[in-house]
Amino acid sequence: MTAMLEMRNVSKSFSGVQALRDVNFSVHAGQIHALVGENGAGKSTLMKVLSGVYPAGSYEGTIVFEGEERRFRDINDSEALGIIIIHQELALIPLMSIAENIFLSHPPSKLGVIDRDEVYRRTRELLAQVGLKESPDTLITDLGVGKQQLVEIAKALSKRVRMLILDEPTASLNEADSAALLERLMTFREQGIGSILISHKLNEVARVADHITVLRDGRTVDGIDCRSEPVEEDRIIRSMVNRDLAHRFPERRAKIGEPVLGVENWSVYHPIHPDRQVIKNVNFGVKRGEVVGIAGLMGAGRTEFAMSLFGRSWGTNVSGSIRLEGHEIVLPSVAAAIDAGLAYVTEDRKQLGLILADDVRKNITLASLDQVAPRRVIDDIAELKVASDYRSRMRIRCSDVYQETGQLSGGNQQKVVLSKWLMTDPKVLILDEPTRGIDVGAKYEIYCIINELAEAGRGVVVISSEMPELLGICDRICVMNDGAFVGEFPGTEATQEKIMRAIMRNDRNFGSGTPVAAEMGGSQP
Amino acid sequence: MTDKTVSLPEERRHGSFIKNNLRNYGMLMSLIAIMLFFQVMTGGTLLQPLNLTNLVLQNSYIVIMALGMLLVIVTGHIDLSVGSVAGFVGAVAAVLMVTYKVDYTLAFIACLVLGAAIGAAQGYWVAYFKIPSFIVTLAGMLVFKGLALAVLQGQSLGPFPPTFQKLSSGFIPELLPEAGTLHPTSMLIGAVLALGLVYASARGRAREQLHGIEVEPYAFFLGKSIVLACAVLYATYLIATYRGLPNVLVIMSALIALYGFVTRRTVIGRQIYAVGGNAKAASLSGIKTERLTFLTFVNMGALAALAGLVFAARLNTATPKAGLGFELDVIAACFIGGASAYGGVGRVGGAVVGAMIMGVMNNGMSILGIGIDYQQVIKGLVLLGAVCIDVYNQRR
Repeated sequence: MTAMLEMRNVSKSFSGVQALRDVNFSVHAGQIHALVGENGAGKSTLMKVLSGVYPAGSYEGTIVFEGEERRFRDINDSEALGIIIIHQELALIPLMSIAENIFLSHPPSKLGVIDRDEVYRRTRELLAQVGLKESPDTLITDLGVGKQQLVEIAKALSKRVRMLILDEPTASLNEADSAALLERLMTFREQGIGSILISHKLNEVARVADHITVLRDGRTVDGIDCRSEPVEEDRIIRSMVNRDLAHRFPERRAKIGEPVLGVENWSVYHPIHPDRQVIKNVNFGVKRGEVVGIAGLMGAGRTEFAMSLFGRSWGTNVSGSIRLEGHEIVLPSVAAAIDAGLAYVTEDRKQLGLILADDVRKNITLASLDQVAPRRVIDDIAELKVASDYRSRMRIRCSDVYQETGQLSGGNQQKVVLSKWLMTDPKVLILDEPTRGIDVGAKYEIYCIINELAEAGRGVVVISSEMPELLGICDRICVMNDGAFVGEFPGTEATQEKIMRAIMRNDRNFGSGTPVAAEMGGSQP
Repeated sequence: MTDKTVSLPEERRHGSFIKNNLRNYGMLMSLIAIMLFFQVMTGGTLLQPLNLTNLVLQNSYIVIMALGMLLVIVTGHIDLSVGSVAGFVGAVAAVLMVTYKVDYTLAFIACLVLGAAIGAAQGYWVAYFKIPSFIVTLAGMLVFKGLALAVLQGQSLGPFPPTFQKLSSGFIPELLPEAGTLHPTSMLIGAVLALGLVYASARGRAREQLHGIEVEPYAFFLGKSIVLACAVLYATYLIATYRGLPNVLVIMSALIALYGFVTRRTVIGRQIYAVGGNAKAASLSGIKTERLTFLTFVNMGALAALAGLVFAARLNTATPKAGLGFELDVIAACFIGGASAYGGVGRVGGAVVGAMIMGVMNNGMSILGIGIDYQQVIKGLVLLGAVCIDVYNQRR
């Protein structure tokens, strides 16, 4: 079988920095080829070369697609040949319908008038192909991220697809949606479409890929043919980071003390649909020095629970009691929650966590300006010292604390957010998806920080959709589903199977729940 | 990327330092270039003491409103009503002082409170009801333009009490014996100000050095201080040879210093920038975003009222047309000065320089006899050009 795509000796550099060196990469028809590597390893650059975002001439090497050497001038050239890239950030227009989005650039038309019957007919066909049952009229904003991802794929299928490139397609999906999406990839394989899958989630890669290529520092360092040899995650990780991660998680010696946070009978209603109870009279507690994980599918209510605790920053008609270090307290505002000793690290650091245009220093001190501002006037030298201190303690890699946070990598941005909350000296930290979109090396550092926090006697709550992560770092795992806790396991006894079983057993309408996370984006002040 | 600061060779540090700071001083350079251009074209009229004093008097109310507008723009909003509010407050001031003979101090304070109340009324809808500021203040623009007409019943009203006129047309009293045309008190204040500025920046630099913070190269610091001191001294000298420092210049300078301090050094200033930079992140960091937005509008209202009073005092009469189109100059000043229409970015110094660029161009083109028609065309192009350059610089 000859390769459908062959990229030979591709090199590319940006003003002196070598992003790709002599990369050889080939994909066969009907093959799922996974591309893995740390952030900055060159995966996206390679895909931009392939799709013509970087035009021919701006890189060295050759691209051969379907037997001919190709020189793409821009993304239209590659699309014309059926090379379709789906980016990590979805490019859909929220307030347009599914049908309008799918046929945005080339609607079927007669004499310039859009043929609506044809649009609907073809949209239904495409939606059926990707396994979506939504009406073509549904607005994108009413769909969850998982379904939006499928609409993106339907949009790609509306063009002539020979090769599909998916950049971190499951990064923001829950397990069920991820599984559905990977299922689609398998059917495309049968149709002879080649797929390139960029992913940080090695278990997914192992499940669907026919071939795995590992990139590190712009070079191909490993290639695994999954049909002829077993896929070992440890081998992949070793190749990715070039260090033996015998332990993907730092060792943990828990010293658990008395309860620090206790929540009883906590109930929250939806801000837009006030008759919908999102959190259903739950009880929850954390002890000093304990790391508690909250597992669950997206839309289970985990983020909503955390945000409602944090000064009622989500939901209406919040009721229930909070005890902090044995004293019952009321937290009517975020400021009150911070003062009481609560910190909440948001799941979406770019939208909700950071001021990207501001520098590292201003972001770190934002939630505790009073500490560096006697009489409400900022002591800039004290501020600089505090920020520099956190920079070295948290090993934030930046040129100096005056660098814009928008320029930092995901892992370093997350460390800035963590610094901001550590500066408030919280008794309890709630971390919502603390390692989303962060490479393996930085993840390890975040886990170490979580351990240090617990060792210092703080209570830590980790909300995560990556079950291995919860299993690796938590002393106790609570499982949330449909706004209630449906299972609890000590860290030593928990397994992925047990957690999934707890969810499935209690999920009455599995797979059709309304995606609360998508609604949140629109309804937050 | 390393954690340690790498000490670069001295020369390269100078080069990169100048490059990094060029953007901060870019607009100032443009202002100087524009001033030199008109100085040459008008055959030296622009910087004559009389004209320079007039330039200050003509633009004071724009600068005053630009200070408030900058904060509004930084929070990511806009206020289109400031011109109408200034006109309306001027009209109310005239009715109080001329028709009802209210004491001018009392009337002055009442007018400022009225302005703040107007700002609060508009800010309430913007901050708490999340109605776009563009719409709220567009409504306000119509309402207060109409109310100004109604209050004055379509007529001009004046003259104001002489003491009130001093707000705009007065100069600081001369305490020392005059030396020819030079007013020594004004000159002395200018000298003290120049020395104070140099001293303050030298102290700040020494303090940073003491704490081991990398500072600007000494040669650059020295050059900057000398240029700054000379500019202040020369401007004061010019103004002092006419009739001394105008009262309104003193008020304006004090306000510029105050707002510069508030935006750069205070908690509330920092929080206003955070709201504009990312309102959601700010509110999840415990900042009361709604209240801050509300307060920036209250502040804007009060400053618009002050500007209205200054303008009325300058004309010595309140007319229904007062304040017409001011909002455009004020908003243009902020954007020319580098404020971002998306919020979170903008400096007080920039807005002041922006207002001065507009002022110098108005003045210079009038002296050259360019008609009001083409003046507007040129001002529009300068606004577009300035923002384009800024956007281009940020992309680099």
